[in-house]
Amino acid sequence: MTKGLPIIRFEGVTKCYGKVVAVDDVNLEVREGEFFALLGPSGCGKTTLLRMLAGFEVPSEGRILIDGEDVTNVPPNKRPVNMVFQNYAVFPHMSVADNVGYGLKVDGMAGAERARRVEEALALVKLDGLGSRRPDQLSGGQRQRVALARALVKRPRVLLLDEPLSALDAKLREAMRTELCQLQAQVGITFVMVTHDQDEALALADRCAVMNRGLLQQVASPSDLYEFPASRFVADFIGSVNMLEGRLVVDEPASAEVAVAGIDQPLFLDHGVTGAAGTTLWLALRPEKIELHKWAEAPPALGDAPAGRNAVAGTITHVAYLGSESLYEVTLPDGQKLKALRSNLTRWDQEDFALGEQVWLAWHACSPAVLLS
Amino acid sequence: MLQRPFQAPGVFAAVGLPPVVWLFALFLAPLAVIWTYSFGENRTLVDIAITGSWGNYARALKPLYLAILLKSMGFAALTTLLCFILGLPVALAITFARPRAKLLLLVAIMLPFWTNLLIRTYALMAILRTEGLINAGLGALWGLVPGLPPFEPLPLINNNFAVVVGLVYVHLPFMVLPLYAALDRLDRSLIEASLDLGAGHLATLWRVVVPLALPGIVSGIIITFIPALGAYLTPDLLGGTNSQMIANVIERQFRSANDWPFGAALSFLLMYLTFAALMVKAIISRREAAR
Repeated sequence: MTKGLPIIRFEGVTKCYGKVVAVDDVNLEVREGEFFALLGPSGCGKTTLLRMLAGFEVPSEGRILIDGEDVTNVPPNKRPVNMVFQNYAVFPHMSVADNVGYGLKVDGMAGAERARRVEEALALVKLDGLGSRRPDQLSGGQRQRVALARALVKRPRVLLLDEPLSALDAKLREAMRTELCQLQAQVGITFVMVTHDQDEALALADRCAVMNRGLLQQVASPSDLYEFPASRFVADFIGSVNMLEGRLVVDEPASAEVAVAGIDQPLFLDHGVTGAAGTTLWLALRPEKIELHKWAEAPPALGDAPAGRNAVAGTITHVAYLGSESLYEVTLPDGQKLKALRSNLTRWDQEDFALGEQVWLAWHACSPAVLLS
Repeated sequence: MLQRPFQAPGVFAAVGLPPVVWLFALFLAPLAVIWTYSFGENRTLVDIAITGSWGNYARALKPLYLAILLKSMGFAALTTLLCFILGLPVALAITFARPRAKLLLLVAIMLPFWTNLLIRTYALMAILRTEGLINAGLGALWGLVPGLPPFEPLPLINNNFAVVVGLVYVHLPFMVLPLYAALDRLDRSLIEASLDLGAGHLATLWRVVVPLALPGIVSGIIITFIPALGAYLTPDLLGGTNSQMIANVIERQFRSANDWPFGAALSFLLMYLTFAALMVKAIISRREAAR
């Protein structure tokens, strides 16, 4: 399967409800065969975008193209897309088989052919043999599979998933993630998923679009979103982050220095930064990229920065033991707090750093992501 | 903490007794008296002897009265059908209206309830009668075209047509409200799922909306059919000589004909029909519940 040709295109799509702008001038391409996630806090417009793709909402401005064809005003029943609803929307008055066969029946497919396709779809979602059950005899996870089979049986160009895992309990959610990925690889259909859960988006998607207040913030692969966020919003929304506001003091082609209030020495970066000296910018530093060092007179040197740089002294003011790792909150002399994450690599070293202990925090010159907005 | 009634018998009795007494003294007791009359015979103008005869019922089932009963059922059924055909789109419109419009539409549906039935029926007469609004309006339009023969007013009143129009007008809210209640409870995503899977609006209505709103539809049909079957004022004021319904016949027995035993028998026959209609609903809801 070639992932690359655009299958969906949003061109300047805006949706207003009265004076509220739910989706604001979105330009976006989804590629054939990819698992695409629309991610953002509730009310960011991601669901509206999905519903416009399904045809339940009509854009106030702009165009939506599927396979190069303008579908902006095409009703939902004439679009080559099918949707898995958040509450699954399984028809309560029909058996599982009738639910799955519904879309084929309204298309006028003959009984025998339809029964074969329904069987096939049920096998695909591992519900073989449950065709005669009624929806109220199914668990939540099984109802979701019915919704999946019902949408996939129509062999859509694009499958839309609205918060597909949000109604499942934690263990099932984990299992369903893997299964959704396998299912997508198996059927080779483009999946577009809406979620507010960043873990879900990072784990499932080939690419994600992060939205906030109707605006598209960034479109990138999960690792690019995490390691190279485009804005403070994205850095903060995806994962956990230490956000340091600073001023650019030195900008060389291959290095830069940023003065941050409360830290004595300007922080050293091993790459140049766009912007004039004096520009305000932000450094996003992930907790797992900050190393904890035992207290010593001299600050630890990580080798890629001049001695004494990218190291700050502080006191551990909180420890959260999370099992696989521990999260330390370190308070600097001026009161600002930094979070540092440390893997518990052996079974004995978890108590090496104790509450109230004075420590050094250090990071590599390449670790902070530089943000201009 | 909620108490069970028997834990405070005094309170239970104080609250429960008055309505029970009321129900017995003013509803069940008179009903029992009428029921007894239905097995009696007139002796003098004011004296009724309870003879235990089934004669009144036998007479009520004679072709003359049976025909009126069947005609009443026909009127009621036609009224119910027309109310459903008119009421379903109205209920759908209210369900999918914006919150503000929804409130206004619901008030508009209920508004007639706050006006006396007699006044509403007279208003309808003013519209339908020979010199009424419709005929006057049509006559005025007719007059605009030169060279036409003189306008003949349409016979809109004192006939079966007027009775059905009147019954539909009076009973439409009884149909719309239960339909609306059922449709409003319907999960919107089910409708969207049907559209998404390729069904058009009519197919969605037929395959998803109607089956899921079925309990409300049955309620609406029963709630419309029962009062329409026993309608008295509407056929009395709007109907002609051959459009009387069973309630008009009953009224005549109790008043001008002064034959209370026969009137009583007809009343109970009507009531048994009502019970039968309610039983149909009970059976349908039990079947729904069993699924």
